Amino acid sequence: MKMLVELRALGRGQDMQAVVEQIPYARFLGLEVDRKGNEITTIMPFKDDLIGNVILPAIHGGAIGALLELTAVIQLLFDTGCERLPKTIDVSIDYLRSGRPQPTYGRAIVTRHGRRVANVRSEIWQEERSKPIAVSHGHYLLTPF
Amino acid sequence: MERIEDHLLNIPHARAIGMTLVSHSASGCVVRVPYAEHLVGDPDTGVIHGGVLTALLDNACGMAVRPQGSEQGVSMATLDLRIDYMGAAEPHRDIYAEAVCYKQTRNIAFVRASAYQDSPDEPIATCVAAFMLGTRAEPRSAGTGAEPRSAGTGAEPREAIPDHGAGA
Repeated sequence: MKMLVELRALGRGQDMQAVVEQIPYARFLGLEVDRKGNEITTIMPFKDDLIGNVILPAIHGGAIGALLELTAVIQLLFDTGCERLPKTIDVSIDYLRSGRPQPTYGRAIVTRHGRRVANVRSEIWQEERSKPIAVSHGHYLLTPF
Repeated sequence: MERIEDHLLNIPHARAIGMTLVSHSASGCVVRVPYAEHLVGDPDTGVIHGGVLTALLDNACGMAVRPQGSEQGVSMATLDLRIDYMGAAEPHRDIYAEAVCYKQTRNIAFVRASAYQDSPDEPIATCVAAFMLGTRAEPRSAGTGAEPRSAGTGAEPREAIPDHGAGA
């Protein structure tokens, strides 16, 4: 029943696309993972279900928060290898620009990684990497192998 | 003018995760998300994903601002949101968020909220948020931005990025 243990046993412990496919909510968001070497970019393709403001239109702040969090967790899993999914302790999100009806991309950096807790910063953008639409930093509780 | 009862029905993402308004008053509101398989964040435990709580808390906070505004529908944008997770939500049970706008100035509203299953006294998450009020409520259109339009394919709007704005 332990998803990450099973994937590891299959030699897919670093296959982050396989991980997101096991997470129902990530599947609902349509999340994809692009990995080039040790660089991971998450991709959230646009769909109408993500809209939070139909007039602008703009992506819902919750979907933006979800992408920031999933990006952080995927980077953390890739960097550390955990037995279970990290648990979010707290997260702080700054919304910088409205999310347009376009694909959104995410990158995260594990700023500090202790034995039990990690601090991760995430950033998501759309057309231009230099114009992030939201950033976050959060603490995650780890269950190391 | 849109009624607050209908507000969530007009938000596709709120509909997609099943949010409904439980109650609202001058001081705040309560919004509910029912348990659903597509919202699960950990397949090992069946616990709802934190992103669902983010959407619920963001939306509840935004709606808590509404009754104090001069109009029914105040246009606003989430500036920031900080969430503390006190414990995992129990699977197969609804999650509620109660939000209170505790200070509102001409430009900014400050809101706090807690998400719970049994009672607000036993939160599974709490949050504080700040919203900018009076943001643009019209669709993006040509000629409003300071930045030049890129030569788009016409398939997607490619106008100047506004100052702020996100979410509900």
